[in-house]
Amino acid sequence: MRKFYVFLTLVLAFVVVSASEITEVKIGAGWEMTGPIAGFGQMSWDGVKLAMKLRPTVRIGGKDVPVKVVLLDNKGDKAEAANVVKRLIDVEKVVAILGPCTSSCALAAGAIAEQKQVAMVTNTATNPLVTQNRRFIFRACFIDPMQGELLAKFAWEQLKSKNVAIMVDVAQDYVVGLANYFKRKFAQFGGKFFEEYYNTGDQDFTAQLTDALSRNPDTIFLPGYYSEIALICKQARELGFKGNFLAGDGADAPELIQIGGKFVEGLYYTTYFHQDADLSPATKPFVEAYVKEYNRRPDAFGALAFDAYNLVLDAIERTQSLDPIAIRDAIAATKDFQGVGGSITYPEGSGDPVKPAVINTVKDGQFRLMTVVRP
Amino acid sequence: MSLAGFFQHLVNALSLGGIYALIAIGYTMVYGILRLINFAHGDVFTYGIYFAFYAVVLFLMPWWVAFVFSIFATAFLGAFIERIAYRPLRNAPRISALITAIGVSFFLENFAIVAFGGRAKSFNPQTGIYPTSFLNMINIGGVRIPVLTFITIGIVIAALVLLIWIVYKTKIGMAMRAISKDIPTTKLMGVNADRVVSFTFMLGSGLAAIGGILWAMKYPQVYPYTGMIPGLKAFIAAVVGGIGSIQGAMVGGFILGISEIMIVAFVPSLAGYRDAFAYAILLFVLLVKPTGILGVEVSEKV
Repeated sequence: MRKFYVFLTLVLAFVVVSASEITEVKIGAGWEMTGPIAGFGQMSWDGVKLAMKLRPTVRIGGKDVPVKVVLLDNKGDKAEAANVVKRLIDVEKVVAILGPCTSSCALAAGAIAEQKQVAMVTNTATNPLVTQNRRFIFRACFIDPMQGELLAKFAWEQLKSKNVAIMVDVAQDYVVGLANYFKRKFAQFGGKFFEEYYNTGDQDFTAQLTDALSRNPDTIFLPGYYSEIALICKQARELGFKGNFLAGDGADAPELIQIGGKFVEGLYYTTYFHQDADLSPATKPFVEAYVKEYNRRPDAFGALAFDAYNLVLDAIERTQSLDPIAIRDAIAATKDFQGVGGSITYPEGSGDPVKPAVINTVKDGQFRLMTVVRP
Repeated sequence: MSLAGFFQHLVNALSLGGIYALIAIGYTMVYGILRLINFAHGDVFTYGIYFAFYAVVLFLMPWWVAFVFSIFATAFLGAFIERIAYRPLRNAPRISALITAIGVSFFLENFAIVAFGGRAKSFNPQTGIYPTSFLNMINIGGVRIPVLTFITIGIVIAALVLLIWIVYKTKIGMAMRAISKDIPTTKLMGVNADRVVSFTFMLGSGLAAIGGILWAMKYPQVYPYTGMIPGLKAFIAAVVGGIGSIQGAMVGGFILGISEIMIVAFVPSLAGYRDAFAYAILLFVLLVKPTGILGVEVSEKV
């Protein structure tokens, strides 16, 4: 009799499984939609919205299944970023996750995704620790050791800097990391540097800058985020600083120019994307579609979020399954994915693609492309 | 540190402390009258900036009209908050009113996200919000002083004189002082207590709007959480100076501004933790002299 029950259960289970047809693919997104770096999350989400419009379905088992992206706001807060991922996996039952933008949030969110074995693709978290020793975390961008070296080289060779003041946000893993990679390379060249410290959300930097300017730097390096960068540039110029400003990808938001105005003119920064940079065959169609949709210039955060979305959908189509672990394996096997910000190939056992970088500058209130640096 | 360097730090400190002082007055006056710490005050400050921003950008008012409009709109917002959130709790335990204040603060922040968006708006003179001459710098012997600092300190002194005059020389000031002692008895004397409380909220909120506009000129952005940290700092300033005392709020504001800047100036390696120093000062004052520096007898508080 017991055998009969086991048999019955198996039959029922089989019936239930085959009856549950795939009607929808649910992908999670956790971004910095509000808070001091809301620009990053909003730009990323605009990129995903465009990607969803251009590719609303994913082909599984010969059928076009609609894709649903569940967006949650992590407020740019580490604890919230972890909560968001927890909720996306436990409550929303998503099969993969996009975001967050910043390294600190991605580190906190990644710990949960790794533990719950759901793949997470961050568009722009560049700190190496984000993917280190983690199987389920991937990124669509380059990493900071490369960016830091590039910036140091640019400062030394192009700007001819000898004495650099570095403004370090002690609360952001990205900032501390990027500052360190810059210092290592810049010291190898024989350049001098010193650091000043602040905390995310600070608005007054006059004390740090007064101290920094008394040591006569020729360049101020700002490895932080755009709103602080804009305020630091304003206050530094007001205190009489005449040298160069240099920044990383954290500067890349329209708010930099809106808030900084004439004070950020001539700022140089490295980032992932510029609409005039020919990074891959996919770049041009994306720029055209973006301008048509939003009537403004596409940005790096949106471009890489666009890539992250398509990368996950490609992986789902290759594996033909909604099992998060199978999707993870398919993402890890990504090879020559033609993203709008350059091609992505994940090396064996790593979530870090090797990608080109662009150097931009602010001129006449616009972001202008200077050079594309290919790996 | 060179002498010019020291004076530069001092100027930076005064211009920061002046704004803290303006916000701190709002805390201190409300506390003086109702024994309520209005934690929504920092968000009222944020709304002051938003009102000025939209008055120029959306309603195309000239900047000075917009600023005056913002001050009055914020004053009415303060009175409105008092009317719907605090007045019904006038006779409730004090902790209920305090929790309501925190709730109002969260509501204002989240409403701002919905209404104005989460991204920062620029308060830059290049967008035509106000003349660029506000951002001019005056160079005295190597010390660069923003014009805005003179304006800030001028407004702080004017506000102090005006408030002292109101509180000690006018009828409504007398009513305020009476209410701070005993609301039921004051009502028995024929004073419309609710109106006096509303007036107090309007004064404090209007000053917060002035502080907000000055703040946004100095740090040209506004987003829904702009007022959170300045609000907390001003609260600390009010406590340090002696909460309930208007002069104390001024003194506390400047003390906080000066100590924040000087800590960074003398120990630059700890600059990332300067907020922690503000809280350390708060703890220190609460332990050593809980009434604050100018903390006076309860009967004098307004």
